[in-house]
Amino acid sequence: MTTEHAVEHGIHSPEMRVKINRIGLWLFILSDAFFFVALISSRFYLHGTYRPDDLNQALGLGVSIVLLLSSLTVYRAEVAASYGDRAATQRNILFTIGLGLLFAVGVGYEWYEAFSHFPPSTGFGTIFFTLTGVHATHVFSGLIVLGFLWWLNRRGKYSSEETYWPVEGAAKYWHFVDVAWVLIYPTLYLVS
Amino acid sequence: MSFISPFRFVIRALVFATIGFIIGSLLASLITGATGEPAEEPMLALGYAGALIGWLLGIGVWDVWAREWIGLQPRSLNAQSWHQYFRFSTDHKVIGTQYLVTFVVVLLLAGFLAMVLRVELAQPGIAFLSDQNYNTVMSLHGIMMIAVAVATIIGGFANFGVPLLIGADDVAFPRINALSYWIIPPVAILLLLTPLFGGFDTGWTAYPPLSTLGSSGTLLFLLAFLTFGLSSILGGLNFLATIVFLRAPGMGWSRMPIFVWSVFCAALISLTATQFVAAGLLMVMLDRVVGMGFFDSNRGGDALLFEHIFWFYSHPAVYIMILPAFGILLEVLSHFARKPVYAYRWVVASMFSIVLISFIVWAHHLYTSGMPDFLHIPFMVTTELISIPTGVIFLSALGIIWRGRLWLTTPMLFALAVVFNFLIGGITGIFLADVPTDIHLQDTYFVVAHFHYTIMGGEIFAIMAGIYYWYPKITGRMYNERQGRLHFWWMFISYNATFLPMFWTGVWGMNRRVADYTDNLADLNLIITGISFVMGASFLLFVYNMVSSSIRGPVAEANPWRARTLEWQTSSPPPEENFTTPPQVVGDPYDYGVPDSVHAVVSPSGGSSDGPAEGADRGA
Repeated sequence: MTTEHAVEHGIHSPEMRVKINRIGLWLFILSDAFFFVALISSRFYLHGTYRPDDLNQALGLGVSIVLLLSSLTVYRAEVAASYGDRAATQRNILFTIGLGLLFAVGVGYEWYEAFSHFPPSTGFGTIFFTLTGVHATHVFSGLIVLGFLWWLNRRGKYSSEETYWPVEGAAKYWHFVDVAWVLIYPTLYLVS
Repeated sequence: MSFISPFRFVIRALVFATIGFIIGSLLASLITGATGEPAEEPMLALGYAGALIGWLLGIGVWDVWAREWIGLQPRSLNAQSWHQYFRFSTDHKVIGTQYLVTFVVVLLLAGFLAMVLRVELAQPGIAFLSDQNYNTVMSLHGIMMIAVAVATIIGGFANFGVPLLIGADDVAFPRINALSYWIIPPVAILLLLTPLFGGFDTGWTAYPPLSTLGSSGTLLFLLAFLTFGLSSILGGLNFLATIVFLRAPGMGWSRMPIFVWSVFCAALISLTATQFVAAGLLMVMLDRVVGMGFFDSNRGGDALLFEHIFWFYSHPAVYIMILPAFGILLEVLSHFARKPVYAYRWVVASMFSIVLISFIVWAHHLYTSGMPDFLHIPFMVTTELISIPTGVIFLSALGIIWRGRLWLTTPMLFALAVVFNFLIGGITGIFLADVPTDIHLQDTYFVVAHFHYTIMGGEIFAIMAGIYYWYPKITGRMYNERQGRLHFWWMFISYNATFLPMFWTGVWGMNRRVADYTDNLADLNLIITGISFVMGASFLLFVYNMVSSSIRGPVAEANPWRARTLEWQTSSPPPEENFTTPPQVVGDPYDYGVPDSVHAVVSPSGGSSDGPAEGADRGA
């Protein structure tokens, strides 16, 4: 599709491409946010501000901190990539993946506990498992993307400033997943 | 082998889909085996997810896209032959045509189902369909027509037209665009499979608790609807980015054709609101497959929640359907009345008002559902409020027609019919927006007649106008004008004769979604059934005209309508890059009759050096 005149005059130039990709990502995030809004408002519609006492508050706070930290490391990966610092990018992507996995393990343990206190077939359990599950799906897809990035970065795909957009895009997506958790966490653990 | 080769990607996709289904359903049976839950529906759901991924990879996502993820060089599947219509082509004109042909076929199939319904309804009592089968046919007719209404314009015309109308060479995300189309065939296959799994009797609205019970056909329907929503979201995202960034140099926001504005507004809705129906359908499936308690009051749920979530999407969705229909309407009226779009800026402002207000009217579908009474009046007010911007657009249409020199070609006739039909649809809507009358008219044929007047009389007629209007551009050949006009009068008269009497049957108490009715309505229903077959037959003439003209019709010139917008300033059909030299926009698109006024310079001089890059930046 890339015709010569278009490349020459910039519609398909790399800078323009990144601009378009960026707005595409923001639109995707806006759209995805509506999905979370639907689920979060369902929680309040069905159960008001009811909160069971069996929630593991310490674990909830713990995984939240882990996820917030991962936003920091993914930001460092993005900055490193923008400077073409391959080693630092590699290191920080790896940190992020590690923290993301730690978060997933935490939520997994949380699920294991929740099954005995409020299983998915109960009122609060329905909301709890759906919200954390949908969020965990986002975390996993983010981890898969980061995995690909780690692999491609190792092969030097993002070595220059012009080509690091995928890292930037993944970082923005990861921040979004993080912000979604910042809203989900009080919705499930703090509201009462 | 030569017969197979055009379809080799489709065949590969089907093989991959089968493998995906097996992997997915095995995974599900492993999980359910461990917990001892019933396995059938989890196997269907996960199997379908696997099949969808397999299908997409097979049709070309692997070649065009996924190779990149593992560091290989992607390859394009675009080609200069009809073979590319059966694979993952990223050319927006190919995708637009794929959408249009697919959804005209779906329109005909769903229309055939309507004929089946009318046979059953010709006389009171049960003639040949069981209640369950009637409901399945009715539900399939509903969801297929909804799909036609949502996707034909914003998938078909917008894909083909928007890049051409704004002078771009493609959309912003060509691969996402192709993805949004190739998601559709699995949806169609699922829906066609539902009768084998016991059908589904929820209607297209899928209200629980009915949708959480019943045969597995319901699950297939839910999966199909969810997938269709994904396609709609991706399409919306693509058009927003395209319109923001890829306008030709000089095309400021106020020089954009009105159809592009209408697509922009519809895309805003489809990008955001569709997530709500996705969430609602996911919740129904979780209730159904995993046994959660969103809508089951025994498990702390509330079925009314679904209606809120569902209509929070589905009411704005009617504006995904009708806004671009208004766009086509004003576009066609302006070109064939040789007059500017009347009150252009007011129309654009009205479209945005409709987008905003459409998000706060949803509960007028819940007047009789047990929603708290204090919500009735606010939603009645907002619903009536939305008729103001709609009225402005309507007045704009009248303003264009007023003292115009009407050129009564087939597209123009259809556009004028939209004005006529939508007036009836709009006025009868008031009775449904007002609580006191709606409580009586709810769930009767009055509602059926109303939304067939707005969506069929408004949108399908606008789609017909669009098909005839852009036919020479898409196919490079001219349709048969005599047959076109005959089709118009045939369809227009029989359409009105079919649906106008339904207002009466509704007022007299005939319920929708029921296979039977009281004896006093027998005569009227027999007449409706008879005329509806006359209307159905008019589509045969349409199909004949479309098919035969695309083969034997006279070769079309670049601009048979002498229209000013950009898509007519390139050859019919356009070359792969759309414009051989990038167009330079220098004036308004609709200044008919203004001496020396030019919309765009497309001649070789238009492509001078400092053009597109700057213009694109200005667009940003």
